[in-house]
Amino acid sequence: MSILVNKHTRVITQGITGKAGQFHTAMCRDYGNGRKCFVAGVNPRKAGKSFDGIPVFGTVAEARAETGATVSVIYVPPPFAAAAIDEAVDAGLELVVCITQGIPVRDMIRTRERMAGRRTLLLGPNGPGLITPDEIKIGIMPGHVFQRGRIGVVSRSGTLAYEVASQLGRFGIGQSTVVGVGGDAIGGLGCIDVMKMFNDDPRTDAVIMVGDTGGSDEESCAQWICEHMQKPVVGFVAGAVPGGGEGARQTLAVMKACGLHVTENPAEIGELLASLVAPDYLPFD
Amino acid sequence: MHIHEHQGKEVLRKYGVPVPRGHACFSPDEAVEAAARLGGRAWVVKAQIHAGGKGQAGGVRRAWSAAEVRRHAGELLGTTLRTPQTGPAGRVVRRLLVEESVEVEQAFYLGMAVDRDARRVALTASGAGAGRAPQKLHRLLVDPAAGVRAAEADGIARDIGFSGRQLPQVRTLVQNLYQAFDACDAARAEIDPLVLTRDGRILALGASFDFDPSALFRQPEIAAMRDPHEEDPAEAEAWRAGFSYTPFGGEIGCLVNGAGLARATTDAIRLHGGVPAHVLDVGGGATAEQVAEAFRLVLRHPRLRAVLVNVFGGLLKCDVAARGLIAAAREAALSVPLVVRMKGTNETLGRTLLGQSGLAIIHADQIDEAAGFAVASALSTPRPGAH
Repeated sequence: MSILVNKHTRVITQGITGKAGQFHTAMCRDYGNGRKCFVAGVNPRKAGKSFDGIPVFGTVAEARAETGATVSVIYVPPPFAAAAIDEAVDAGLELVVCITQGIPVRDMIRTRERMAGRRTLLLGPNGPGLITPDEIKIGIMPGHVFQRGRIGVVSRSGTLAYEVASQLGRFGIGQSTVVGVGGDAIGGLGCIDVMKMFNDDPRTDAVIMVGDTGGSDEESCAQWICEHMQKPVVGFVAGAVPGGGEGARQTLAVMKACGLHVTENPAEIGELLASLVAPDYLPFD
Repeated sequence: MHIHEHQGKEVLRKYGVPVPRGHACFSPDEAVEAAARLGGRAWVVKAQIHAGGKGQAGGVRRAWSAAEVRRHAGELLGTTLRTPQTGPAGRVVRRLLVEESVEVEQAFYLGMAVDRDARRVALTASGAGAGRAPQKLHRLLVDPAAGVRAAEADGIARDIGFSGRQLPQVRTLVQNLYQAFDACDAARAEIDPLVLTRDGRILALGASFDFDPSALFRQPEIAAMRDPHEEDPAEAEAWRAGFSYTPFGGEIGCLVNGAGLARATTDAIRLHGGVPAHVLDVGGGATAEQVAEAFRLVLRHPRLRAVLVNVFGGLLKCDVAARGLIAAAREAALSVPLVVRMKGTNETLGRTLLGQSGLAIIHADQIDEAAGFAVASALSTPRPGAH
């Protein structure tokens, strides 16, 4: 089991004909069930063509109608990326994963405003995407550092999500789903939204949250964990060591006060999680 | 991206926010000429640097004659101003704003910034500006679809102490400020102080703006206001190359890919008792050439005693990073210890390339191990220039 995506998910790539879109769609198809999962691309100027065997449609709505896909991933350049999110929302997709880095803040404020009351969930922008190991990878993370298992990971940083998965791997511990929520000021799902999903997922036993400075997402998530979470959570925020930033130290203190298992040492995150699960813990589901 | 006060006032003027009449000047002659053009009997000569607190640092001076304008201009230009925001190094004054002198009846504060939690622009205002005793801050979240509504602007104006007669003027000013903020892709705008003058005018006496760097591609007028003199040269160069650069003042140069990894690498070094000289983040999709360029920037630091490369290949493949590193290290005749930790996409190939390069590289598998090696090898390396 997993959250948000699994081997049955069907995905549309928006911006499939660009350099990043081509490369990463190919990489994602080579991972897990990717051949079956990535079923459509969108480019208004290249409708009717196909890319590496994937049909390209003129609009997201057409791609959805023809293939039944419910998720899209966006590699569209920054000036046009917010409009690409709008189009996916208007087509009624369940989840939009936006990889694009450098979207103007003003565009994202408008796009989030338009999304109010709609069913579509947004992940990102400026994030690595998400992965349910061995089943499906949607985004730019290196697939081989992840392994299938029962630990949830939610991270504001892409590279630190890889770092955590690689540390868990040293203990033979795998992940149910790893979600990169992205580092932009105005984004979609926050740590708290993902945490609720992990709490409800019967195949997730514990969670690692990698926070960042700026905004109050991590602190409100910690408060929620304190009141509702049924599973152990490891918390980390970069910059909380002496000499680092005051904001990070405070966030880590709030996490600790809310009952999270915290460390200020980025090298100890995996080890800390491993110490929480029983020594005979089988990293398989 | 930050801009000067006089540029901020040009932006405000363009959007119909009233500002004092004034001119930017680069020499005492220009300052005298500006005062003559402005007319009147008194002027204010303001040093222009990218930092607040200029008044307290002696960077804002009143003049009652052309000779006095010339004297103030001559004294300020070329001087180094130190304010809490510039740090101990201070900033050299290279330009001035010469303005009409206004008689202040009452001072207020008005600010706007993007509130990431509310996902809206937040307007803040108070009944005291420019270093007076802080008063209650009134706050309003702006509806992106409607802008600042008349009733909202009036409510804020009343809250901070404007009278009923002044409401129409303030309303227009607040709405125009939001127009400017929105149209120019600002990230932060502050009018500190906003003043009511003795002759009944309401003016933006201070103007400070930051703009969203991601939106500069569609704001050519704003982008042209960049002042390279106000930037750390290494930082400016990194920015032009598309990297992010953070100076720390220590002796270990760091090259990483990703903002989170940059901070975690800094943490790991500090936990081993070291301090980074700087951290250069090449971001996600760098090429071999960009990695080489970043590495050259890292090596340019005058006090370097070790270099730590911590790359977690996702978009950036490890073999690509390795090729860039090898090219730059060879041409720079690397003289300090180099610790490399590579994980992720094509890590084996990357490590093989580094191993075959003949460069003296200390390999590390984990982040704490890498930081430990870097701190230890920095300690055993003489300071540059020391004998």
